[in-house]
Amino acid sequence: MRKSVLLGLLIALVVAALLSPFACPYPDGLERVAEDKGFLDLAEGKELIHVPMPDYKFPGVSNEGLATSLSGIIGTALVFGVMYFLGRALAGTRRLTSSSSMQGKEERRE
Amino acid sequence: MVHIPDGFLDPKVWVGASALSAGALAGALAQTRKALEERQVPVLGVMGAFIFAAQMVNFPVAGGTSGHLLGATLATLLLGPWSAMLVMTAVLVIQMLFFYDGGLTALGANVLNMAVIAPWVAYGVYRSITGLFRGNTSRVVAIFLASWVSVVAAALACSLELAFSGTVPLGVVLPAMMGWHALIGIGEGVITVVAVSFIFRAIGVEQPGQRHFLAGEKK
Repeated sequence: MRKSVLLGLLIALVVAALLSPFACPYPDGLERVAEDKGFLDLAEGKELIHVPMPDYKFPGVSNEGLATSLSGIIGTALVFGVMYFLGRALAGTRRLTSSSSMQGKEERRE
Repeated sequence: MVHIPDGFLDPKVWVGASALSAGALAGALAQTRKALEERQVPVLGVMGAFIFAAQMVNFPVAGGTSGHLLGATLATLLLGPWSAMLVMTAVLVIQMLFFYDGGLTALGANVLNMAVIAPWVAYGVYRSITGLFRGNTSRVVAIFLASWVSVVAAALACSLELAFSGTVPLGVVLPAMMGWHALIGIGEGVITVVAVSFIFRAIGVEQPGQRHFLAGEKK
């Protein structure tokens, strides 16, 4: 299990770091529709928050591919971290269960 | 995909969507708390990490338009719909807070479309098809169709939200959104089928509370 978790995380980081710079630059589905149907301008100037890496570009890096890679690595790590700690909090009391604990789980629920 | 930015939705729509999403997420938290075991926790993290990374990699579909993996079906098949909701929400929140992909006011609507509707639609389609037809081929077909329908359903919900907001008439936005996302959904289906087969061959995952949702049917 440990090993497959590391493998999975590695795959995610490789995708974020190495594939993201080669992402297709065309507008995506909604953006394209907004453009074609003339409501894309509704989103312009409506920025409500300042974010660290707008448009998936790490700030201050002139190489676009590298800027995208870095933001991808950071975002991937952030999501892993958030989900890991949320999961830990939710699983909290279930520390000692093993694979033979389906019955035990039912009991705890009572 | 269908990450709605700020400015596209009017207050009644984004407040309403946020309320629905909040209710659904409360359910997802409660259900996941019941079923999740500690040793499964890292898998949630990896799933979220992979979906975030994959969403960055747009693929061209046609006519100068691109799409990317949504991942709701992948997460649902591997983790079950309740945990999938949480994983998709975590991805959307990080995307909004750090990259401003999807708006702040639109977060509730984006969660509703991609983290609530998409996983449950995928779950329903997958369960229906595998309930009716047995065997490996039908499982692959079920995964593909669940993926495709999840993307189209999210796009449908997005279209309705835009129309209810008075941003664009439904008759205008719906055909355009359906057309593009029918194409993007094919990419979703192919990637999800490949990813699920790879994961079950190479790794094997059990989902919280309901072990071997996919793998169990094989045995």
